[in-house]
Amino acid sequence: MSISYIPGNGSLADPSDRVGVMHHHVLSVLVENRAGVLARIAQLFSRRGYNIFSLAVAPTDDSRFSRITIVVDVASAPLEQITKQLHKLINVIKISELDPLESVECELLVATVNADISSRGHVMELVALFDGKIIDVGSDKLTVLVTGEPDKLDDFSELLSSFGIVELQRTGRVALAKLERQSNKLKNTTGRAG
Amino acid sequence: MKLTGAQALIKSLEMQGVDVMFGLPGGAILPVYDPIIDSPIRHILVRHEQGAGHMAEGYAHATGRPGVAMVTSGPAATNIVTPLADAYMDSVPIVVITGQVATGSIGTDAFQEADITGITMSVTKHNWLVTDANDIPNVVSEAFHVATTGRPGPVLIDFPKDVANAEMDWYWPTSVDMPGYKPNSRGHSKMIAAAVKMMYEATRPIFYVGGGVLKARGSEALAELVELTGIPVVTTLMARGAFPDEHPLCLGMPGMHGNYTAVTSMQQADLLIALGSRFDDRVTGKLDGFAPHAKVIHVDIDPAELGKLRRPDVPIVGDCRSVIEDIIRAIKADPDAYQQRADISDWIKTIKEWQAKHPLKYDQPALSGVLKPQFVIEKLRDANPSDTIVVSGVGQHQMWASQYWKFNHPYTWINSGGLGTMGFAVPAAIGAKVGKPDRVVWAIDGDGCFQMTAQELVTASMERIPIKVALLNNSYLGMVRQWQEMFYGERYSEVYLSPDLPDYVKWAEAMGCASFRVENAEEVGPAIEKANEINDRPVVVEFRTDSSEKVFPMVPAGVSNDNIILGPESLGGK
Repeated sequence: MSISYIPGNGSLADPSDRVGVMHHHVLSVLVENRAGVLARIAQLFSRRGYNIFSLAVAPTDDSRFSRITIVVDVASAPLEQITKQLHKLINVIKISELDPLESVECELLVATVNADISSRGHVMELVALFDGKIIDVGSDKLTVLVTGEPDKLDDFSELLSSFGIVELQRTGRVALAKLERQSNKLKNTTGRAG
Repeated sequence: MKLTGAQALIKSLEMQGVDVMFGLPGGAILPVYDPIIDSPIRHILVRHEQGAGHMAEGYAHATGRPGVAMVTSGPAATNIVTPLADAYMDSVPIVVITGQVATGSIGTDAFQEADITGITMSVTKHNWLVTDANDIPNVVSEAFHVATTGRPGPVLIDFPKDVANAEMDWYWPTSVDMPGYKPNSRGHSKMIAAAVKMMYEATRPIFYVGGGVLKARGSEALAELVELTGIPVVTTLMARGAFPDEHPLCLGMPGMHGNYTAVTSMQQADLLIALGSRFDDRVTGKLDGFAPHAKVIHVDIDPAELGKLRRPDVPIVGDCRSVIEDIIRAIKADPDAYQQRADISDWIKTIKEWQAKHPLKYDQPALSGVLKPQFVIEKLRDANPSDTIVVSGVGQHQMWASQYWKFNHPYTWINSGGLGTMGFAVPAAIGAKVGKPDRVVWAIDGDGCFQMTAQELVTASMERIPIKVALLNNSYLGMVRQWQEMFYGERYSEVYLSPDLPDYVKWAEAMGCASFRVENAEEVGPAIEKANEINDRPVVVEFRTDSSEKVFPMVPAGVSNDNIILGPESLGGK
């Protein structure tokens, strides 16, 4: 088993340490899978003067519905208004705000990085530390893939930048609410399993 | 039964109980105009698509039933965007059908193609692009359901030409399946109890009544609640007539051009009971300074209105009539609490003093002198039955009409409140008259507004829709002129229109109307009498009014409602 990187302010740390995280709100929006739904949602944000930080759309297991995960960077009062306005869209079925402390989040990052003969080993080491993969190999570059919590990807891209990033692409986060544990007692005795 | 898409669309409208539609044909919508010949639905051919939209709005305002307009693609569709935006702001249920190029041509910049579902996303409650003729009955039932339930509003159905020509097996759905649309009409019982308690504790309460009460058909329930509680009422521009002006507890219109008592009573209140109103900037003035001492009970069917601008102490999501009835029930269920409610007689006394001290006022000089617009409106009011439907455009004449008419019945006042659409009056009056043919319908319009949509008087003449238009011609874009006079140092920029160009009487006559001109106060009464005798065609009475007359009271934009300007004498330095 390899040693994996765990972000410093990640899931094992005290939740109250996660300063700044609360400014991001993650909305998980279940919508009807119809033409134009994404346009309606994007347009609503711009019309009401709110900024989308990141956005991910994909079908769900039920082909009638898609799930849109939207990260917005607002205070809580405007968030209430944007949620209510979103609810008014006919194609929106359900909106859940995912508290970062009560949800699991995941994002995917691919990056092409300079990796000539002298640095290739270091890059591969870094990728391995982050449980990543090499998905393409060129003569003096590598394209790498890492998944995980957004914080982890922030750290990875920061470390990667010292080698010289040619191109980098992130998907925006997807998230689901954390599952109920069997009982509170169990939760307490086992601690945060990470 | 096999039908074409076009036949299915018209049959679906018939199934919805549509008796009249307003429209203008063109290329993409051509197939749908063929079955209209065989349909019992009356089609009124307009002269401009914007007219069709406003007529549908006027019809909906007057009758409570959804108005229907149908136009072709491209420029016709973009021409009806203004009525959609207007209806969206004022929560008017209309269903607009636009033609569209064939599905195979969508996206190719085909002739008369416009992405109207994209364009109207933000000004409709919802819109649909029909891509399969088999969907037509479902889409039409969904469209009417969305337009008329919850917070009413406009919807649009975009209808490609090949879908109109395709065949389908006719069916009629018994219900709609819309998992994402479930409007809530009943207020929460805990919140209703909290509201009653707050009403009992208040010593300076006010009912702040908005258009939502009219949309909910809640006027009778409101009257009962006011009788029960003795709490005074202000009716916003969208709610004029929701509570009778002649009732002693009716304080009239609040806001930028509201009367002193309505504005000040809200400023001094310790409780605002907002019923279907939305804290519009034209009511609140500077939001921070609005009703600073008041707790707020806010009732609205749209949850997004609660806390949008002012955080309520008691938010109630629900249909205004249903909530008012629940409040009445809660009051009647506990007579002891009712007996122990706070005494508000001092408050009523203060309000009566304000009313006596600061009535609305204007100064009509000698009968042969220059004509004041307020005088015309008072004469018009006194010479017409109290259930006359008054329709206005936007600007000074709109404010004077709202101030000086006495609205004693619901659905007798139709205007463009939220969007402020100049040119609304003539087509909306036509729509109202079509919906309520037995009522007298007077459009009170300004000269600037009239020039924007007057061509619809041709429609009214052709279709024998005898509306009456009181054209208050002050030869200016009057409201803009008023702001330039008061706030731009009397530098009049691009507001002069001329009293004689066009010649309104000749123009109206050319459009098939009876028309005459009134230049002084003496002629006003006889002219109105003459107009009221004509019922076989539209009438346009042009009143030449004082250009310098301004709307007062006025709270300048962006300042607190405490700084109300009562009249020209308080302007200072003039």
